[in-house]
Amino acid sequence: MVAGYNTISMGTGRKEFNPKKERPGIEEYMREAGQAVIKMIGGAQNVDEAVIGNFIASRFNRQANMGAFLPYIDEGLRYKPAVRVEGACATGALALVTGIRSVLAETADVVLVLGIEVQNTVKAIYCADFLAAAGWAKERKDGHAYFFPGKFSDRAKEYYAQFGKEKTRQAMAQWFANAVENARLCPTAQEHHNTTKDLFALGMTEPNPKGFLDSLNVFDCSKVSDGASAIVIVSEEGLKRIGIPKSQAVEVIGFGQAQEDITKPPSDHTKLSTTEVAVKKAMENAGITKEQLATVECHDCFTIAGIMATEAIGFAEHGKGPDFVLEGHTKRTGKIPFNTTGGLVGWGHPTGATGVHQAITIWEQLTGIAGDSQIKINADRPYGLTINMGGDDKSLVAIVYKRAE
Amino acid sequence: MNYTDRLENVSVLGAAGKMGSGILLLTAIEMADLSLKPDNKGKSFVINAIDVSSEALFGLMKYIRTQVFKAAEKKIIALRAVYHHRADLIENSEIINQYVDDVMLLIRPSIHIEVAYHSGLIFEAIKEDPALKVKLFSQINENSIKQPWFFTNTSSIPINELDKNAKLNGRVLGVHFYNPPAIQKLVEIIKAENTLPELSEFALLFSKNLRKTVVPSHDFAGFIGNGHFMRDALHGINEAEKLRASYSFAESVYLINKITQDYLIRPMGIFQLIDYVGIDVCQYIMSVMNPYLPNEDLHSNLLDKMIEIGVKGGQNADGSQKDGFLKYEKGKVVAIYDLDQKVYIQVDSFQQNCDRKLGEMPATVKPWKAVVGKQGMDEYFTSYFHEVKAMSTMGAGIASNYFLRSKEIAEKLVADKVAFTEEDVNTVLKTGFFHAYGPINNFMN
Repeated sequence: MVAGYNTISMGTGRKEFNPKKERPGIEEYMREAGQAVIKMIGGAQNVDEAVIGNFIASRFNRQANMGAFLPYIDEGLRYKPAVRVEGACATGALALVTGIRSVLAETADVVLVLGIEVQNTVKAIYCADFLAAAGWAKERKDGHAYFFPGKFSDRAKEYYAQFGKEKTRQAMAQWFANAVENARLCPTAQEHHNTTKDLFALGMTEPNPKGFLDSLNVFDCSKVSDGASAIVIVSEEGLKRIGIPKSQAVEVIGFGQAQEDITKPPSDHTKLSTTEVAVKKAMENAGITKEQLATVECHDCFTIAGIMATEAIGFAEHGKGPDFVLEGHTKRTGKIPFNTTGGLVGWGHPTGATGVHQAITIWEQLTGIAGDSQIKINADRPYGLTINMGGDDKSLVAIVYKRAE
Repeated sequence: MNYTDRLENVSVLGAAGKMGSGILLLTAIEMADLSLKPDNKGKSFVINAIDVSSEALFGLMKYIRTQVFKAAEKKIIALRAVYHHRADLIENSEIINQYVDDVMLLIRPSIHIEVAYHSGLIFEAIKEDPALKVKLFSQINENSIKQPWFFTNTSSIPINELDKNAKLNGRVLGVHFYNPPAIQKLVEIIKAENTLPELSEFALLFSKNLRKTVVPSHDFAGFIGNGHFMRDALHGINEAEKLRASYSFAESVYLINKITQDYLIRPMGIFQLIDYVGIDVCQYIMSVMNPYLPNEDLHSNLLDKMIEIGVKGGQNADGSQKDGFLKYEKGKVVAIYDLDQKVYIQVDSFQQNCDRKLGEMPATVKPWKAVVGKQGMDEYFTSYFHEVKAMSTMGAGIASNYFLRSKEIAEKLVADKVAFTEEDVNTVLKTGFFHAYGPINNFMN
């Protein structure tokens, strides 16, 4: 993978965001990200095919048939094949995997993968309706007004009950603080402009079930975001064609996918069981252990999901994720830095783009071009891991990367 | 008749006005919430929105619909539970739309007062005209098929007078909302001599359900709110008049407006507040109150002159500010009316000079926004107002006098038995006028 580009993750928190003013739509975001990548790879003629990752423009933007925007991005893409994939919030990584499979099948050498979502077209309360499609439609009626936050509030509640509320809430607040601190270093992050002094105290705000949820506050949640992220997946052949040196690319070492039954509640609310399976598959596929990881981009749609991810990967035992986070291991200076550009809580969560954004962050970190966000990559731990989750731990993709040699 | 029964048929007089529309909105929502309770299945609820102009009622219905939408979005969590039995309503948007429909279905706009004859409760929010109020109350009372209760939104007329003159036998209560009723938390409740206790009991429960802060006031013209505001405004007007010896009219207004806003840390200067309420409304309220004040002349020649010229302030239908003493562009003050030249003078042209004359601002001054509604600010206000008191600049001098006068007015309201307690006066100023501190304090002692 090489030549990644993220637009700004736009929404509340960004200085330039004004919900009352007209803003760019899906077309503009796709064009910005797509054109930037095409420029990096020497032109549209180098693209064999494309994969568009989009969750639900059909509702946010009254738009389907997303593949047909390719020629709008660049006329040189006219008549090239494209496919749009969807797997709720795991859409981005599913688009990547679709591209990876194409390259592995040798049906393409250069696949343009573009994730896109523009969600600020409606107020948060209606946004919740649209995003609820990531769950089982038959559960919507009995679900919370904020359906998905409600699902993870239930998980957090169960986690508090089993492992103690105070420490868990502290770890969630710490997760939020880490996310914003990382976002401040990344110019495209939605929380880049955040100047709050005591982030931890803010994160400790007591949840209010009357206005929102009983076990999560708004700082525990990822943001409503507009944005697009694009990257290309290339074979060795393809890399030569676009004329970029290997050292500027990352190699996909392994990946794992897993689906769980959308009609069933989680077997254990305090665990991300499907995440665990997908990560295990990816690590086995890559033939590495967690000790060899330099950094992780996990799917912290909610702070509690971030904490559970540390357990699903195996960094912490079940119930010990809060300790792991509070001890500082997931900070950018910690043992295993998580979400170095802010993750979903700090960078933003334009749903269809998120999985692609995660890959781009790993690509930037492993090739040393992450700018102010750059962390140190040790030679003995050269791998990066992304985890992209759709729904309530239902559609999972984990990918392992390493700088190409 | 219990709480719910009393709210089954309600009329709002002056429903399309600024106050009436807010009262209609809040009451319609409260009634809809009652109608959606399983216990009330089968009961029918009606609220008549009565006004003289069909056109205004048309605008009213549009306003109400927009506001109910916003209210529904805010309380979606509760609404999902309310509509849980409705299998057809799944998404938030469907529930919100249904709720808006359910509220709107209760409202019947009308230009005919006769529809009020079926109501058990009448909210009155017409203009501040005692004779007109008495006439309408009498008419409804004589023709009603019920023994209706009359809740008047008057901010100045003694309730006793309305009771006696309209022969209501104690079925009247002052329920004074603040502008705009949908947002302002304060409701002043005023009993007349013979007001039946069940009216105040109902009003207390009703206000509580509307999440309002209730302050009781004695039945004395102007009550607490206007009792303070009108005198405070008159003090401001007099202070500006004094400055006219050395400054132009526009400059004098600018100076006092700035002192009352910035030095006194209030949400707006006194002339802006007069504009906000309406110069004509202020003039009228003073004229209603004045006959009840034998030892005081609550009257301003300046307001009379402004009205004569036709400069009135007040608000447009969309809530934006009309020009009055001050001229507004996008909510900001850009010019000030000059009574001598009969034109608005740009603030830019004299601001620097005036600010220089006022002298340095107190070093520890904070903007109103930074202090309003915050707990534990007494220490700050004490040190700040001590600083103001110790300064010898023109601005600080006028501000100190103003501060003390405001306190004096407030204390007199308690001494004259208009307010029951000092705390009540402070609550009115804080919740009804959004002041950051109550006028009765020890900040300058």
